[in-house]
This record gives sequence, structure tokens and C-alpha cells, in this order.
Amino acid sequence: MLFTCMFQHFGDPGKMKDYHYTGPVEHKFSPYAFNGGTVLAVAGEDFAIVASDTRLSEGYSIHSRDSPKCYKLTDTTVLGCSGFHGDCLTLTKIIDARLKMYKHSNNKTMTSGAIAAMLSTILYSRRFFPYYVYNIIGGLDEEGKGAVYSFDPVGSYQRDTYKAGGSASAMLQPLLDNQIGFKNMEGVEHVPLTKDKAVQLVKDVFISAAERDVYTGDALRICVITKEGINEETIPLRKD
Amino acid sequence: MEHGVCICVCISTSCHTCKSYKSARTQKQMRKSSSIRPLQTRPVSLTLKIVPFRLAHGTTTLGFIFQGGVIAAADTRASAGGLVACPAVHKITPIHSHLVVTSSGSGADCMLWERILIREIRLYQLRHGHRLSIRATAKLLSSMLHPFKGTEMCVALTLCGWDNGPKLIYVCSDGARLQGDVFSVGSGSPYAYGVLDRELRWSLSKGEAISLAREAVFRATHRDAYSGNNVDLFHITAQGWSQRKREDLKEEYYRDKEKKGKKKNDKLK
Repeated sequence: MLFTCMFQHFGDPGKMKDYHYTGPVEHKFSPYAFNGGTVLAVAGEDFAIVASDTRLSEGYSIHSRDSPKCYKLTDTTVLGCSGFHGDCLTLTKIIDARLKMYKHSNNKTMTSGAIAAMLSTILYSRRFFPYYVYNIIGGLDEEGKGAVYSFDPVGSYQRDTYKAGGSASAMLQPLLDNQIGFKNMEGVEHVPLTKDKAVQLVKDVFISAAERDVYTGDALRICVITKEGINEETIPLRKD
Repeated sequence: MEHGVCICVCISTSCHTCKSYKSARTQKQMRKSSSIRPLQTRPVSLTLKIVPFRLAHGTTTLGFIFQGGVIAAADTRASAGGLVACPAVHKITPIHSHLVVTSSGSGADCMLWERILIREIRLYQLRHGHRLSIRATAKLLSSMLHPFKGTEMCVALTLCGWDNGPKLIYVCSDGARLQGDVFSVGSGSPYAYGVLDRELRWSLSKGEAISLAREAVFRATHRDAYSGNNVDLFHITAQGWSQRKREDLKEEYYRDKEKKGKKKNDKLK
């Protein structure tokens, strides 16, 4: 963990402060860092897609170009988490352990809805020192329909049809609202989303995000969840 | 504590909520330069100082009683700082057949405390064989929230229910527990109160009460940036609660504009 100036994200001169006098600066240890990355999930009639970029950055540096943010939890559920990488790793470890415990005591795999409820309580247990992670769970529910659950860092969650989280979420969410939710358009036919169209849309959307967000890029990892299983695909994105 | 207004955990210069924190910081810097270090007079919550992100906040909820029962209405926007985190949140949750609770404040806190309340009410019912009264429910909730008083947990719930008559009780994490005839909570509450105070009376019919609640939420969402999207409406009577279909306020805005345009034209004629 670097000694991070408390004002890191709010217009401070960054490296330039070595060359310019900016006045008294208070340095304080922050237990959090922002490692960037964007996650996206879309739910269809009988499929779900969870996609993330694979760039791991901090400040002006890129730590890794191959650090995907999708974590396979069960055969029907994938978790995407972005934010602070340290908390993402710990959170996924804890979830894996809890899944195993559930499997051993109840002799069945946790369903997507149950995982979502459990994650909400795990996140809220750290209400006063939160996990700095933006989570999105994508999977199939008990009826085989696609389900997406989106979380805030302290555990508030909601079932959605589509959600973008992470650094480029504010750019991607309106685009998804328009293309998948058919919002803010007049006189269009609401066609249901097919799997191939959804995968193409996700690729296009991430290419756009990589253009405009510095923390998104390098490669795109798409996990398509159907009743046959989870199919993973990696597509290159801009590396600059 | 203001409910429904962004408890901004960032330290950006534009956020007015943080002004007091920023002025405390400069005072601390000035004190540091002198040799004497005084004790910190007001403890600032640790989380507020550390976390670089904003939690979901911002709302308009209202509840009132009338001859036909209790009406509970709320908008459906959850905002986190300047971003709309979710445009379709359920801010009114049924606890049991004769009690709904409207939530305001931090989304995660409200969600969790509603779950806890549902569990406790159900356990009481199973253990004692009868349902807990609304007033006792409010007292139970208030005493469960008490250990968290002083932390930055922000929960403001309005219990709207029926037991031997319509009841409306406001409970908040500051420790307040108030019974009343009309409550509106959240950043849009001043606008909602303005509309409600004009027309509200005991003898309203069911249709009038519903349209009044709708109108109050609509006007509040129009003026308050942190409220918007749709309106949820619940009606509680002696038979239990019933939910009205969620309504998109975008259509209402255009209908209202048309009505105003027509009125203006009529005046000119």
C-alpha cells in the first residue's frame, strides 16, 4: 500500500507537486486504493453474461494487463467485482469458503438468489469499515432464467436485467438503458435480447468504454452462462 | 441529521455538507502550527474520513392517515452522490399483512433493518401467538437502533399500519420515535409537505387520498434532484395492505404540461 495523499482523486496535482509549490499538503495513510476496472452483467431469457476488462491500475501505473474481474462461483453463477483489488481478493476467498460450507451442510449448491442475499450480509457486516468493491452477480435462477444482482459497497442490492459497475459505469449504464431497456426512445419495437446480440453489444460497449475511460482497457473477458455451463471468451481491447 | 440528502463522504469543494468538515480541517492545521495540541472536541466518524466512495441516498417518502386507512407513497430513485445508482428501488416494504414501512436514508442500512424487523416480528408472532402492535413494533425497532446512535448509520423509517385503527409512526436512527397523522421523510419532503398540507383532511375519499399522495410525490420529484423516476403507492386498511401499480412520472410530467398549456390557452381566449 502506498502512502496515499487523502486528496488523491479530487484534482490534486499528483506527480507535479514535486515541481510546484501547492501549499501545505496533509499526508495520511489510507487503507484503500482504487485499482480501476469495469464490470458489466446482462440477463436474458435463458442466459446471463458477465463481462469485465482485465486491466489492473493504480494512479498513473498499470500493474497488470491480465487481471480479469470475473470470478466463477458455481456452475450457474459468476461474480464480477471491481474497485480495490485487495478487498476483491479477500471477498472472493470468503465467498468461496461460505459456498463450500453451505455445500457440506446442506448437500446442495447455492442458488444465485441465495448467493446474492449472503453477499449482502457479508458486505454489511463491514458497515463501518467497508469492502471497497462494486459487485455484480450474474447467473441463472432456479427457473433457468437469467438473473443479475447489483450491489453497492455496503450490501444494498437489487435484482436487475442489466447493470454496469466500476470506473466506467456512469458511461456504460445510460448506453445499456437505451439499447437493452429501450429507454428514452420513442416508437421502437421492444425485441427480446438474443444471446448473440447481447454478446456483440457487450463487446461494442466495452470498446466504447476503453476509448473514454483510462482505467478500462487491455482485454475483455466475457463469461456466458447458460444451462450447458459457463463459456469464457477473451477479446483484446486498446492497450493505451 | 438530514435524511435523504447525500451524506457526502467525499471531500470535494462543491459539496456543502462537507463544509463543516473542511473548516475543521483548516482549524486543525492552524492548531498544529502552535505548540499546544488541544483535544478534539467533536469526534468525526472514522468511515467518513477513510472511504473514497459515496453510499446510496436521497428520497421522497410520505405517509398519512385518513378515514379510509393509511396511505404510504415513495419515489424510486437511489442516488449515490451525483449518480443515479438505481432508478427502480423499492422504498416501501411490507413487514406483515397489516404493516408496511417506508425507508429513507442509506439504502443498505434500510434494507438490512427491514429484514431484521421482519424477522423479529415473525419470531414474536410465533412465540406469543399474536401479532405485535404497531406502537410496540416502533419501540422494538427504536431500541434495536439505539446502539448505533452516533455512528453514521442513517435509517429513517415510517411504519404505516393498522391495528384497531390506522397508525403512523416515524422511527429514525437518531433515536426519534413519533406517532402522527402525516409524515414525509427525505430530501424531497419539504415539497411533499407543501402539497399535502393544502388538501389533507380526515374526510378524504380513497380516490382523493391516492391522487393527493401521487401529486405530492410528483411535485417533490420535480423539484428535488435526488428524487425521481417512479412512484410507489400502498394503501393499508383493516383488511391489510394493497399495492397500486408502479407509475412512471415521466408520463405524468407531460400530462401536467399539457394541462397547463390548455389552461393558459383558455385564459387567453
